[in-house]
Amino acid sequence: MSALPVGVNAAPVDATLPPSARAQITIRGLSKRFGDAPLYEGFDLDIPRRAITSIFGPNGCGKSTLINMVAGLIPFDRGEVLFDGKTLRQTTIGYVFQNYRDALFPWRRAIDNIRYPLKLAGRSKPEVERRIEQLVASFQPTFDLNRYPYELSGGQQQLVSIMRALAPEPEVLFLDEPFSALDYEMTLFIRDRLQQVFIETGTTMVLVSHDLDEAVWLADTIVLLTRRPTRVAELMRFEAPRPRDIGTLTDAGFTVAKAHALGVFQREVRKAEGASR
Amino acid sequence: MSPRARAWLPLIGPLVLIAVWSLLVQSKAVNPILLPGPGVTLAHLWNATVGGTMGADFLATLSRTAQAFAIATVIGVPLGVALGASESLYRSVEFLVDFFRSTPSSALIPLFMLFFGISDFNKVAISAFAAVLVVMFNSAYGVMNAKRTRIMAASVMGASPWRIFRDVLLWESLSQTFVGLRSGISLALVIVVVAEMFIGSENGLGHRIINAQQVLNVKDMYASILAAGVLGYLLNVGFLLLDKRIVHWSGRA
Repeated sequence: MSALPVGVNAAPVDATLPPSARAQITIRGLSKRFGDAPLYEGFDLDIPRRAITSIFGPNGCGKSTLINMVAGLIPFDRGEVLFDGKTLRQTTIGYVFQNYRDALFPWRRAIDNIRYPLKLAGRSKPEVERRIEQLVASFQPTFDLNRYPYELSGGQQQLVSIMRALAPEPEVLFLDEPFSALDYEMTLFIRDRLQQVFIETGTTMVLVSHDLDEAVWLADTIVLLTRRPTRVAELMRFEAPRPRDIGTLTDAGFTVAKAHALGVFQREVRKAEGASR
Repeated sequence: MSPRARAWLPLIGPLVLIAVWSLLVQSKAVNPILLPGPGVTLAHLWNATVGGTMGADFLATLSRTAQAFAIATVIGVPLGVALGASESLYRSVEFLVDFFRSTPSSALIPLFMLFFGISDFNKVAISAFAAVLVVMFNSAYGVMNAKRTRIMAASVMGASPWRIFRDVLLWESLSQTFVGLRSGISLALVIVVVAEMFIGSENGLGHRIINAQQVLNVKDMYASILAAGVLGYLLNVGFLLLDKRIVHWSGRA
C-alpha cells in the first residue's frame, strides 16, 4: 500500500505499447471557457484502463464539466479526447447521473429502462434477456424490477441507473457524484456493488466525487485538480487490495493517502485565496 | 373530521346552491317567469331526456365537439411536437400562434360563415380552429420543457436524434399535451354551443337554449343549460381519468 505521487504523464499516445499498457482515455490540449473565464486551458490527462479513477478538487474547478466533456455531453473549445485511439462515437460508454430521478425514463418500468440501451444497440431478444440475467445476478436487487422508477426509493433508482449504464458492457463507465443524493446506508451498499462489478469485469470507471473518503476508498488513481483555470495538481495512486471494505477506511495506508490528498487540496485552496487577494 | 364525514364534503356546495335557488324562487325575489324552482327544472330535465329530444340534442352537441376535437388533435399534436423540437421554427411562428390564441374564436364565426356557409361542417371547423391552437401550443411547450438530463441520458447511450425524439421527447411532452387536450376539448364545446346558437342549426344544446329563450320556455332553457354543464363536466372528468391512466408518472417523476 502506498500513496506515491506519480506526476502528470503528458506524453502522446505510444502506439508501440500493447493496448493493456496504454492509457484508455487520453485527453490532450483540452480547452473550455465560459464567457471570458477560462475553465480549462491546454489540459492533459491520461486515464488508466481496468482501473477506477476518482476526480477530486475544490468547488467550481469543473470536475463534472471535465467528465461531461469527455463523455460528449457538453462541447469543448479545443483539444482532443480519444478512447484507445478511437473517437467517442466509435466507443460504447455508460454514464450515471447525479440526478437519477431525471435520468431514468418514468414511462418505462425499471427493467425496460435497463433493456433500453441494449435495444438501441440492436441486440436480439435472447441476447437482451441473457444480459439482463447477468446484471441481475451481479447486482441482486432486492426489489421488483417490474416497478416504475417513481415507485422505487432513491437508492433503488440509482441502482437501476447503474445497471442501465452497465447493460451494454461499456468500455468506460462515468459516474457523476452518483451517491450525493443518497443516504449513507444506500451509499455503502451501492459502492460495494460497484466495486464487486469492477472486480468481476474490470470495467474502466471514472468517478467524480466531492467526498474524499469515497474518492480514495473506491479508486486506484485519484486525480487532484486545482482551482480554475484547472490543472492537475497531482495524480495519486491508492493500491489497497480489493475487495476493500469498511475496515479499509481505518487502515494506515488509507489514512496516509487521504491525509496526503487533503494536504494537496488545502494547498490548492489556499493558493487560490492568496492569488485573489 | 373522520374520513367518512369527509367523503360527504363535495355535496355541500350543490346543496347550498339548490337551497339558495329555492329561497330566491319562494321569496319571489326573482320573477318566477324568469326563474323556475330547482325541483321543476330538474324534473323537466329528466322528462325531456327520457321522453323528449334532450338526448338527441345532447348527442348532436357531443358529436360536433368530438369531431372538432379529433381534427384539432390530429393536426395540433404532431405540429406542436414538431414546433417544440425546433426552437428556431417555434420562434418564427410564436407570434402567430400567440396572436390567434388570444383572438376570441367567436370573432371569426362570420368569417367562417363566408367560407363554409351555414353548413354543419362550419360549426365543427370553427370549433376545431379554436382548439387546435391550444393543443399545438401545449404540445410544443411540453417538448421544449423536456428534462435536459433525460435527453442527455438517451444521447449518451447512443440514441440518434430520431430515437431521442421518439423515445424521449414525445413521452416527455405527453403530460403537457394532456393539459392542452383538456383545455382544447372545453374550448371546442364552448365554440360548438355558440355556433349552434348563431349559425343556423336544427339540433344541439346551443340551438335548444336559444330557441327556448326566444319562446320564453324558461324551464327548458335552464334544463338545457344544465345539460350543457353536465356534458362539459363529464368531458373534463373523462380526460382527467385518461390523463391519470396514460401519463401515470405525471407529477411523480
